[in-house]
Amino acid sequence: MKNFISRYCIVRDSKINLNGKIIFEQETDLNSFLINAYRKFNINYAKFFKMDLLCKLAFIGSEILVKETGMLSKYKGNEIALVLSNRASSLDTDRNYLKTIENKENYFPSPSVFVYTLPNIMIGEISIRNKITGENAFFVSEKFDPELLFNYANSLLASDKTNCVLTGWTDVDKENYDAFIYLVEKTNPYPGTEHDKNQISALYYKG
Amino acid sequence: METLQQLEEKLKIQLIQQLNLAEIKPENIVSDAPLFGDGGLGLDSIDALEIIVLIEKNYGLKIVNSEKVKEIFYSVRTLADHIYQNQKP
Amino acid sequence: MKRVFISSGNIVSPLGFSAEENFKNITEGISGLQISGNYSFSKEKFCVASVNEEKTDHVFSQFENPGNFTKLEKMSIISIAHVLKASGINLGDKNSLLVYATTKGNIDLPDGSSQLKKYDESRMYLPGMLRIISNYFKCANEPVIVSNACISGLLAILIGKRMLDAGLYKHIVIAAGDIVSEFTLSGFKVFNALSDEPCKPFDAARKGINLGEAAAAAAISTEKFSGADEIEIINGASSNDANHISGPSRNGEGLFQSVMNTIKNFPVDAIDFISAHGTATPFNDEMEAIAFSRAGLKDVPLNGLKGYFGHTLGAAGLVETIISTGASKQNMLIATKGYETHGVSENIHIIRKTEKKKINTFLKTSSGFGGCNASILFSKT
Repeated sequence: MKNFISRYCIVRDSKINLNGKIIFEQETDLNSFLINAYRKFNINYAKFFKMDLLCKLAFIGSEILVKETGMLSKYKGNEIALVLSNRASSLDTDRNYLKTIENKENYFPSPSVFVYTLPNIMIGEISIRNKITGENAFFVSEKFDPELLFNYANSLLASDKTNCVLTGWTDVDKENYDAFIYLVEKTNPYPGTEHDKNQISALYYKG
Repeated sequence: METLQQLEEKLKIQLIQQLNLAEIKPENIVSDAPLFGDGGLGLDSIDALEIIVLIEKNYGLKIVNSEKVKEIFYSVRTLADHIYQNQKP
Repeated sequence: MKRVFISSGNIVSPLGFSAEENFKNITEGISGLQISGNYSFSKEKFCVASVNEEKTDHVFSQFENPGNFTKLEKMSIISIAHVLKASGINLGDKNSLLVYATTKGNIDLPDGSSQLKKYDESRMYLPGMLRIISNYFKCANEPVIVSNACISGLLAILIGKRMLDAGLYKHIVIAAGDIVSEFTLSGFKVFNALSDEPCKPFDAARKGINLGEAAAAAAISTEKFSGADEIEIINGASSNDANHISGPSRNGEGLFQSVMNTIKNFPVDAIDFISAHGTATPFNDEMEAIAFSRAGLKDVPLNGLKGYFGHTLGAAGLVETIISTGASKQNMLIATKGYETHGVSENIHIIRKTEKKKINTFLKTSSGFGGCNASILFSKT
């Protein structure tokens, strides 16, 4: 059974790349970059500003793909699976949370930071925004693992419950960030790419 | 000693900052309008917990009685009132 | 789809270093929860289920020098080693895989409480921690790490099953672990989610969770294990509430969807018990009661095991599955420790007393931060 990568989005090196085309570019810190992208794409979602950097990054990538692919009008919420991955888990935010508890003289643990100290919260944010209720999985690996995501997306699509998988890699660690999010479907609505390990790898490394 | 109104204005700025209400300006917040729920600023349970931290951090007041929380947190005014009445001179 | 079986497994927890020891203590009503005031960051006392590090080091010293490993690494290696020995699986074989579930890994490292001889930042990264474990077992394949909040342990079993279904591996060891730390204690405390007394799942007086630590492991395979009373993984599903990142949905929609997908056409009266999540927060237990009721499972005997282990976060789904497979093999229903007075709006059937009952099939569920839910149906062959 063949599946297809219909669309992809890469957020890396101060650029947002949608299917090979740069749609936004700005040399600035990640937070400003993502907020300016939010404004540029007229996203209207106040909760965005509460998110940590990792969720903001995943959110922007998924917003762009959701709009571009029209997936919410093609699929019911429970037919869409969210399978994401990274290397640093939520460590970037964990460090921020640790700052709120490390000084015993000024000890104010922050609930709004603590809630983001799990990597799958980005799946939660994307789900809430888009009313996506299907399968979830978050994997952590040293490097982007095309084989793992390929196998797992295929496995989910082989069932009659999941008809599309929003998947990829979203990592934030100290000054570094890297996101590669793509949509895998059972049919190919656009000139897309066949879903296989090499294609996933090629898109990730070359965009 | 600041007035209740000055305290309200200060609280609005602190709430915007602490709760990441980036798209809201202090002048947009009506002092006696509800903070929570659909009609208000749309704050949720995590925001309520952050407000508890804000009050302890900035005003040294611990909010412990969860029954009273709904009353105290109703609006900027009720919040300012609570601080005004309980703050150490 | 292939038939996939799960082994008896191993648990390292305050209740012992083997699944048998843990199970025996539970049937005797013994809990691993204790009030402890030993934390340097707070004068407060916390009710937690902690694994004794000296005992762990003593057991671990038969493997390696304890000073070179973190607490969680030691607990995990002990657990996995036990399962490898019992099953004969060799992780150095290309046909085998380790799938490891955790929410926070070595998050106790910044505490300064770790016994690890030399602080190593790479161990804070989950792949860094798994490299240590993988090197120890000379894994032929890079372990797969699942980090999906409190459903991680159960989700890892489901992910493993799907990989076996796809013919990707012959044997998979599912392992999981999380430890208690200042990080998690302070965080859950600021959420008002902690109870200062042993937790009371589904009880009218419940006021929150207790944190616990554990490591666990179980093998899954398309080949049977012992031949007698095999437990098979029938079906499973995960879902998202799409409602709130930390609070469960009021109508239990996500859990309901997951359970309905899992039990599909399976006759409800053939399900002998449910091992629920039962964290003992006011909202979680109410949500589960609603979801189970909506799914037509009101009359199925149900328990929560967190009164024995506390909430072991990423390990919970696997620890509680292993106890439940043990209960199935022993034909026993395990009491929900801490439950006395019914405290949820639906009249679900909560197990009060540990007693004998013929068991064939059970449903395990988990729910977690981020709105995630998972459920798996297990059955004797």
